[in-house]
Amino acid sequence: MYDVAIIGAGVTGSAVARELSRFNLRVVVIDRENDVCCGTSKANSAIIHAGYDPEENTLMAKFNSEGNPMFDQLCRELDIPFKRIGSLVVAYDDEQIEHLEKLYRRGLNNKIQKMSILNQEELRKREPHINPEAKGALLAETAGIIDPMLLTISLIENAVMNGCDLKLNFAVTSIEKNSKSFKIRSKSESVEAEYVINAAGVFADRIHNMVSASDFRIKPRRGQYFLLDKCEGCMVNSVIFPCPDRMGKGTLVTPTVHGNLILGPSSDDLEDPEDLSTTPELLEKARNGAKKLIPEITTRNSIRTFAGMRAEPDTGDFIVREAPDTPRFFDAAGIKSPGLTAAPAIAEYMISLLEKAGLGMEMKKNFNPEIERKLFLERSGEEQEKLLKKNPLYGRIICRCENITEGDILDAIHRPVGAKTLDGVKRRCRPGMGRCQGGFCGPKVQEILARELDRPVEEIVLEKKNSYILTGKTK
Amino acid sequence: MEKSEYDVVVIGGGPAGLAAAVEARENGISRVLIIERDVEPGGILQQCIHNGFGLFEFSEELTGPEYAQKFINMARKDEIEIMLDTIVTSINSSKEITVMNTEGKKEILAKSVILAMGCRERTRGAISIPGERPAGVFTAGTAQRYINIEGYMVGKKVVILGSGDIGMIMARRIVLEGGEVKAVVARSSFPKGLTRNVVQCLDHYDIPLLLSHNIVEIKGKERVESVVIAETDMKKQVIPGTEKEYECDTVLLSVGLIPENELSKQAGIELDRKTGGPVVNESMETSVEGIFACGNVVHVHDLVDFVTAESRRAGKNAASYVRGEFKRNGDYVTFSTSGGLTYAVPHKFRYSNLPDKLDIFMRVDMVYNDSLIILENRGKEIARFRERHLTPGEMIKITVKKEMFEKTEGVININLVSEKESGNEK
Amino acid sequence: MKNELICIVCPMGCRLKIEGTPEDPVISGNKCKRGIVYAKEELTNPTRMICSTVKIKGGIHKVVPVKTDRAIPEKYKFEVMKLINRVELTSPVKMGDIVLENIFDTGVNIVVTRNM
Repeated sequence: MYDVAIIGAGVTGSAVARELSRFNLRVVVIDRENDVCCGTSKANSAIIHAGYDPEENTLMAKFNSEGNPMFDQLCRELDIPFKRIGSLVVAYDDEQIEHLEKLYRRGLNNKIQKMSILNQEELRKREPHINPEAKGALLAETAGIIDPMLLTISLIENAVMNGCDLKLNFAVTSIEKNSKSFKIRSKSESVEAEYVINAAGVFADRIHNMVSASDFRIKPRRGQYFLLDKCEGCMVNSVIFPCPDRMGKGTLVTPTVHGNLILGPSSDDLEDPEDLSTTPELLEKARNGAKKLIPEITTRNSIRTFAGMRAEPDTGDFIVREAPDTPRFFDAAGIKSPGLTAAPAIAEYMISLLEKAGLGMEMKKNFNPEIERKLFLERSGEEQEKLLKKNPLYGRIICRCENITEGDILDAIHRPVGAKTLDGVKRRCRPGMGRCQGGFCGPKVQEILARELDRPVEEIVLEKKNSYILTGKTK
Repeated sequence: MEKSEYDVVVIGGGPAGLAAAVEARENGISRVLIIERDVEPGGILQQCIHNGFGLFEFSEELTGPEYAQKFINMARKDEIEIMLDTIVTSINSSKEITVMNTEGKKEILAKSVILAMGCRERTRGAISIPGERPAGVFTAGTAQRYINIEGYMVGKKVVILGSGDIGMIMARRIVLEGGEVKAVVARSSFPKGLTRNVVQCLDHYDIPLLLSHNIVEIKGKERVESVVIAETDMKKQVIPGTEKEYECDTVLLSVGLIPENELSKQAGIELDRKTGGPVVNESMETSVEGIFACGNVVHVHDLVDFVTAESRRAGKNAASYVRGEFKRNGDYVTFSTSGGLTYAVPHKFRYSNLPDKLDIFMRVDMVYNDSLIILENRGKEIARFRERHLTPGEMIKITVKKEMFEKTEGVININLVSEKESGNEK
Repeated sequence: MKNELICIVCPMGCRLKIEGTPEDPVISGNKCKRGIVYAKEELTNPTRMICSTVKIKGGIHKVVPVKTDRAIPEKYKFEVMKLINRVELTSPVKMGDIVLENIFDTGVNIVVTRNM
């Protein structure tokens, strides 16, 4: 039996798992998918928000402002890239400038530092390609960009390294509430835990309702994006937002931490939380929204379009609490924007909630907060020579677009919570993220996966369990 | 780091690189190196197991591998060094090249470089096909690699987008290997590839060709389950209400090739937006002195025989450059195109450097019958060529004698006119 | 009988009109003599080149490309595939090596198209 079971291996669940792995506790993370980070955490704007946007005295505001400063140390420990490039909310008329001032005041109330309002000239100086009709912008210097997949995967990897268990392909069908524990069941297995944390993303309300009276609903909100090629990343220096509207922060334009450019999201509300299709109308809307901010933007160098589902809570705020009628069952639900930013702060808060609920927390003596994950070509010449001596496969470049070596791919497969699928390799070390979208490296990565996992090449899948790529041998 | 020096370094060991290297060697250059990322030379030809290659070069109809084997044998005979399983990670305008393979990083200093990196395929993301993103969507070339080199089938019920040659070739290949091709779908109203392929690959195998249609949605949660196909109008826009769902498990995309010029950009080479490749002169030299380019990296070809001819020119001139015999006097004369001709390669020339006959390669933007290609400079006609049938899928080659360019200056316009029109003018 | 054919001998792709009977066809629309030859053959004895791959042991790849060394009657196109699929070669092989001789008594051989 486990002390704590966490349902959901997205950024929230993974952050909580890592925090819990500091203590002498038996922890398990459960996820329905074939890999971690397959939900909202893999398809979002990848922004660490400054924190002026959430309304005062909400949990979103609290966790945003607490979470943001945590990222420098966190990313250092997890050895993942993070850049504080600052964000701009752009205004086109006096009404919008007033809105900027409102956001500024809200930011002050939320204790956000390093904000200022730029006039047209200052804005143009900082962003030469900005729409010349833009009149001014709210600059927040503490905003940053990150790779949300690397973040999530590194969090759970560190948790597993420090003793946490992970069960994938475990879709929760029911939760039985007993006097001292919960029994969580899937179609074929079950797990028992004294405390349960519900971090199930777009399914958080369904999970909650399995044991507790329904008092919130998750509305799936789909967001569609363009990912542009690396040459486009230099057109923009900061995260650029329009003034927010009813659907959220609006269609933004931002460089990614790897040098690409993201446009989007353009959002719509859906009934089906699993409908991740892209549609021509909303892609067009994303394109137009982006062009309004940066007129020179073209999607001619688009590498990929994708959609992500956000868990919009009908309460309007994060739901992070012990369920009122169900002791020892905790919700971390409705984690929409600024969910990525909030994750480490939510995790710390969750620890305090668990403590209050009676969970004995004895710190581990040998907790190791650090991971090493640099790619071969990111290392120093000396380190590279050492690695090459250890394994010459670090010299064979497999992904030509991003210069990823076979050694990097082997690392991605053999490290804790290693890759077992093509997308798993892609999210951990990038082959398939580049302009050829796996056209060149795909067959090679498949071959390597098959060899390392000792399985036939035809059994290697793209992401989900039945997303087979090949149907068999030709002869 | 290991350092070495070569006279001519060829980046890419496909048909372009092989021909260029052999030509450089046979023009007196001793230290020639080919750098190839695959485990064997031959490039894309190794997976083009169908025939149709070599009609002009060898007066035979060969398969891709046979064509490659001939050049591989030549390279072997000439004792040309080939570094396999090796990728160029950087190159600069001083021709300093860094490569990587399982032996580590190596630095190579080249007296002259020939770029022959070929091209990559346009992807689904680049054309933003809406819908879900299941497994089972491949570019035609990747599918070809799986089937012809790795020996795996990519699917059982296939829909192919794009009427280019590779899509049609793969349609036939899949049927021969026991799969079903439900349709080849193309936005344009005429096939982009060779008519020969429409007949030999589609007609002969009863594969439907749906022109003026497009895939508007891909469906499938884990693997492709169906596509939605709709009609398109003359402007290639979807006609609402014509959508039909086709059950399938695989989508092959044959929607264009893009010259692979990341290294060219690194070396500071000027690229032509229309071709996607380097601007080259009559000697196939790029804007950086001593760096030449040939094959698909310059502009996407249809016939490997033309690639070979172009690459031989690059190799010969690289050799002459290394020997210090390269002439640089005189001003450039540039080509401009009009009337439906989308580009001309080479882009410019210096009269003193012209060979006896200059081959100019061009493409048209749509089908033209009974036309004239007229070269004109400062109001005077230089040459004209009659062309019965021109189509975007077939590169045009005209050959102009050197003397015709004497006394030309500035810009030579290459214009396409209908034969009837021009008749009236005269 | 088909009344229309596209000639594929050269890139022109002339659209041929066929009238009369298969034994005595009247062909028009061709811009050169080769079109007539092609059309007559297509009508009486259409032939095809078949290119595919064959399993191979010990080679640099798992399959090696092969072809029919001449065009074979069209009706055998899938039968040829069945024959080819039963073969397993062993490396080394050379371009031109005969894999299957005289298939279906047509005098056509299946040959390897590269060294491996």
